[in-house]
Amino acid sequence: MMESGGDQDDVVIRIRGLVTGFGRKVIHDHLDLDVRRGEVLGVVGGSGSGKSVLLRAIIGLVQPREGTVEVFGRKVGEVEGSQMRRLEMRWGVLFQEGALFSSQTVAENIQVPLREYTKMSQELMDEIAAVKLNLVGLPPDTAHKYPSELSGGMKKRAALARALALDPELLFLDEPTSGLDPISADGFDVLIRQLQKSLGLTVFMVTHDVDSLRAVTDRIAVLVDRKIVTGTIGELRKNPDPWIQEYFSGTRGRAALAGMET
Amino acid sequence: MEAASDAPEAWFALDQDGRRLTLGGAWVTAQSAQLDEALRNQDWSGRGDVAIDARGLERLDSAGAWLVLRTRQALEAAGRKVSGLDVAPAHMPLLKAVEGTRPNEPYVSRIPPGFRGRLYRIGRATVHAGRQGWEMLGYLGRVTVEAVEAVVRPARNLRIPAIFHQIEETGINALPIVGLLAFLIGIVLAYQGADQLKRFGAEIFTINLLGVGVLREIGGLITAIIVAGRSGSAFTAHIGTMRVNEEIDAMQTMGLNTVETLVLPRIIGLVIVLPLLTFYSDVMGLLGGAFMCYFQLGITIRVFLRQLQDAVSLNTVLVGLVKAPVFAFVIALVGCYEGFKVERNAASVGLLTTRSVVEGIFLVIVLDAAFSVMFSVLGI
Repeated sequence: MMESGGDQDDVVIRIRGLVTGFGRKVIHDHLDLDVRRGEVLGVVGGSGSGKSVLLRAIIGLVQPREGTVEVFGRKVGEVEGSQMRRLEMRWGVLFQEGALFSSQTVAENIQVPLREYTKMSQELMDEIAAVKLNLVGLPPDTAHKYPSELSGGMKKRAALARALALDPELLFLDEPTSGLDPISADGFDVLIRQLQKSLGLTVFMVTHDVDSLRAVTDRIAVLVDRKIVTGTIGELRKNPDPWIQEYFSGTRGRAALAGMET
Repeated sequence: MEAASDAPEAWFALDQDGRRLTLGGAWVTAQSAQLDEALRNQDWSGRGDVAIDARGLERLDSAGAWLVLRTRQALEAAGRKVSGLDVAPAHMPLLKAVEGTRPNEPYVSRIPPGFRGRLYRIGRATVHAGRQGWEMLGYLGRVTVEAVEAVVRPARNLRIPAIFHQIEETGINALPIVGLLAFLIGIVLAYQGADQLKRFGAEIFTINLLGVGVLREIGGLITAIIVAGRSGSAFTAHIGTMRVNEEIDAMQTMGLNTVETLVLPRIIGLVIVLPLLTFYSDVMGLLGGAFMCYFQLGITIRVFLRQLQDAVSLNTVLVGLVKAPVFAFVIALVGCYEGFKVERNAASVGLLTTRSVVEGIFLVIVLDAAFSVMFSVLGI
């Protein structure tokens, strides 16, 4: 399976037999997952089921105990420093709280990776910052503001602009709509979908938000019992697993999915 | 007219009569630095319409798309009419998304350059310092009112366990460092004093120097400075972090008085502790001096004590100790005040903690000078 050259190009993230844990607690037990190019994959699961840990294992912040994580055909954690940098340039990460550098303006935040990885002139970097702000739907004057002057939704958008700074092919989102009001959350969903289409992104999105799942994702991966189950919403609703049933057929799930019952 | 021939991966070319601009290669972030330079250096002037042909682009990302659009703007700015912009269908959505970017005007500092700017800065700093002093005065007033209230109705307002906690934290835990430093200062003072006084054959007066110096000034000052660095900063950092976590807001909404719960225990605790610490530091300083006198000058402990009794009176000790509660009050007040001024960002806690220590030490030394003047006027 792993050697089949045909779909090699289409799989951006390939996880095989991943085992992670802290102390004696096992979080992922021999987990397999493929993320294909150009799709939006939503990752859901109960609190403590290891959604964020999975994301952190993929981007190399958590060392797996066993198994391999391949991104763009390269094994994360085994590639050398400069190779890893090159890999990191191809993905962008939006952290849960935004993780904007609080001592820098929004424009400076966006320019951090540009300054680090390219030799752009300050003029061009200012222009690029304006382009990214426009892409995420923030007014131009946001550039000179500090993160503490922004609202929660604007912070997330600014953080997304920073994640997009190097025009990554792969975007990781950790609960992008948590802490936003429903209207801002909807706006953010639309934005992600638009960006995914216009920039041709592959998106790996950890979320709790059933509305987001319906609006944005192509496929969903559910973390249950330290394993992962993937499928479209329709497929997952037929899955007999009690947690999955509860998730998609509970009050919130049903309300969010009501529109799908055509 | 191959302007970007040295960058084979992304290039642009105007044809012979300058009517057609062809773009090719990978217009991506990694190439944009060279591309940007070449595009800026390009002379766009000419006559007639221009058509931009970007169908041959192999790759395009948002940085590249911006450069394409900027090139069109540059052509228009040079007085050329752009008759068309052809791109591959796959690149169309990206171009649409980037279109509409208004590059924002560079940030203009409100501070004018040169001499006027310097004046501006001085003025701003003065106003800031004045406002800070005014606010601190207001804060002092509030704390005083609350403190008096707490003393008048101690059962309800005074938080005894919190005060004891502060006494342990700022007093007992500070004993090793204060003791060690005072001991070392005693050694240094005795050593230097002995060195100078030896020339006059007046070594014995090293003890006078040591006694008066340590008891009146050095003991209290050193202790206050250590405590300002140790506890003043801790107050600011603790209260500041609570502010960052919105704990202060939570306390206020629950009707808890933050001055009463956070500030008063710290102030009262430190006011109790600092005189005790000062006395301890006096003793350690004299011990250090005695140690040095014994080894350097061969003065025995018995002689040392007799000479010390002649040199200092109870008054000397009291003059040193009476300053300590005032220092303590100022250190705790500044520490808490700066803590409450912390804003919700990471840099703020560090900035204000530094400021609290600097202001604390500054005020302690200013007050010490004021005390010296006062005592000399009073003839003590």
